[in-house]
Amino acid sequence: MSSPLFETVRGIAADILGVRRNQITPQSSSENIETWDSVHHLNLILAFEQEFGLQLEPEEIDQMNNVERIIRILEQKLNHHG
Amino acid sequence: MNTSDLRLEIDRLIAASDPAGAARSLAELWLNDHSASTASFTCSRYEQLRPRLNLLLCRLAILRSFTVEPMVPLLRGAAFSAGIDLTVRLSEFNAHAQEILEPASSLYGFAPDVVILAVQTRDIAPDLWRDFAALSAEQIRSAIDRVTEEFRDWVSAFRRHSQAHLIIHNLEQPTFASRGIFDSQIEENQAFAIRQINEGLRTAGSEQIGVYILDYDALVARCGRAQWHDERKWLMVRLPIAAHNLNHVVNEWLRFLHPLTGKVAKAVVVDLDNTLWGGVIGEDGIAGIQLSSEHPGAAYQELQRALLDLHHRGILLAICSKNNADDAMEALQKHPGMLLKPKHFAAMRINWGDKSQNLREIAAELNIDIDSLAFVDDNPIERQQIRTQVPEVFVIELPNDAMEFARAIRKCPRFERLSLSTEDQRRSEYYQKQRERGRLEETVSSREDFYRSLQQEVEIAPLDKSTLPRIAQLTNKTNQFNLTTRRYTEQQISELASSPDWNCFSLRLRDRFGDNGLVGVAITRKREKTCEVDTLLMSCRVIGRTVETAFLSFLAEHARKQGAQQLQGWFLPTKKNAPARDFYSSHGFQVLEQNGHGTLWGLNLERSQVACPEWIRLHIVNGDKG
Repeated sequence: MSSPLFETVRGIAADILGVRRNQITPQSSSENIETWDSVHHLNLILAFEQEFGLQLEPEEIDQMNNVERIIRILEQKLNHHG
Repeated sequence: MNTSDLRLEIDRLIAASDPAGAARSLAELWLNDHSASTASFTCSRYEQLRPRLNLLLCRLAILRSFTVEPMVPLLRGAAFSAGIDLTVRLSEFNAHAQEILEPASSLYGFAPDVVILAVQTRDIAPDLWRDFAALSAEQIRSAIDRVTEEFRDWVSAFRRHSQAHLIIHNLEQPTFASRGIFDSQIEENQAFAIRQINEGLRTAGSEQIGVYILDYDALVARCGRAQWHDERKWLMVRLPIAAHNLNHVVNEWLRFLHPLTGKVAKAVVVDLDNTLWGGVIGEDGIAGIQLSSEHPGAAYQELQRALLDLHHRGILLAICSKNNADDAMEALQKHPGMLLKPKHFAAMRINWGDKSQNLREIAAELNIDIDSLAFVDDNPIERQQIRTQVPEVFVIELPNDAMEFARAIRKCPRFERLSLSTEDQRRSEYYQKQRERGRLEETVSSREDFYRSLQQEVEIAPLDKSTLPRIAQLTNKTNQFNLTTRRYTEQQISELASSPDWNCFSLRLRDRFGDNGLVGVAITRKREKTCEVDTLLMSCRVIGRTVETAFLSFLAEHARKQGAQQLQGWFLPTKKNAPARDFYSSHGFQVLEQNGHGTLWGLNLERSQVACPEWIRLHIVNGDKG
């Protein structure tokens, strides 16, 4: 996966979680990244909302605990917004 | 440089052990991008750099009834970029009352410099927020009283247990009143009830030293109440504020943290063409420039109005413009649209020279540090040049649209003040008189003749409530003639002075040109047969006029009357206080002790004295302690 969206998500996730960019892969999740706790999860969600100018639903926020799902949900949202 | 290149550059500079260069690039990055991810990046890099940078340390505790965690990196990132190293501690949710009321709480254990109390209407007045329509007039009044009393108890308990500054969010209005538009038709409506509490809170705050109100309701209104909240996140994670508003809260906190940590601009240097007016005076002429109450001149008048407000706040104005001085002066003096007149400017550099050199000269002429200057210029190239050549100067990022200029000035945290002394409001007048003194000095033949011709009168008085804010202000911002550079809050000074061994004096100076205001502070402590000068400082405006000798002669006399046989004091050198270095030795003091921090000087009061210069008339005002 190397879409522009993935690269943006990767940059934001690396900054917020305090890891190197190349440590973020589609498989990265709150299970395998130590700093991905609940506070960082919230910061991550808010950073996406800020970056893409959208508001995420509680169900989406719960699901977005790995990069692959983050990409899928953001893609859906952004396409809906047109 | 784009932001990803800047990031690479920052990491390269860190690896190359260039902390100052890395800090400059980090500040540039933050300027271009205030996002959460940049904030995290900024904090992580500053964590590596902080031991090697001379940052101002500040311990901040936030007591809160809602989630503020996502705002912390944004706040720390912004503060780091401004040279402030914040250590932040968050309380548990809704633990603010216990933390404040319990003297042994972990809040006080943290030893904060600043505490923010961030509570919201729905948490501390849920009845007024949610159930208002169901309340009787009596219930409404008792709710107002209950919340106001609570605030009052918190404020006074906090003051008993801590000397930190306290910032309290006031209560926001609901987006829709419970009774709809009918609310505005009746006397004791919902908006009124919340205003009553806010007014009670303001009064409670003003009764204590160092307690400040953050007008949260005005903040919400300014940013747009309808777009402020995010109800989903409130219900999910107790975060009531929408993602795009988090930076607004952070900026509001910074407007307090800048004046509280002393990271403020004392003077603002402005460009002329396309900044103070539209167009170029040298080409368009006085009739051609845009400056009026109509479009397109109104934008520039609005900027002038914002600058005039800063002038009334005690911030000096100066001009730095590439122009023919005659053309520019004619516009300044004669253009009917000018709200700012030549008298409002404490210094002017209108020439074709390099702006960085002009800024250095302006700082020297105003006798303030270069890092106390703010620079306003519409030209991004001039701004970039100043950023690289004089990085100490704070450069305001003006938007491209002139209509936005005034707002950029008004929202800037470096121009905030939390108290306004008479001295602040009259500051530029003092500088004008200073120029007249300079001219007098040029006409007299000797220093002594100059001192005599000034006709100086000094009034020394013990601390009282009216002088306390100015005294604390001077201890915090005086750098040059300051023997020990000890910084005190109002609260600390008032506690010191209430102890019988300690004395705090202020010095006012008048001369033939008028009142210079309160310009000197001394704090002394008596121990057995010794009186020690804890603090002695003079405002830079009056250095070199022998007033400090008059002050010292008084302190010696006062110590003698207290029964002291020795007057002593430390000189603690800093980067900036060289003007005070020889003060004790030139008044006959002997070295008593020397260590890595400084030198202790002493004067035997039984054998020596300090004479007041014959050209100064000294008035001593007696207070409680004499």
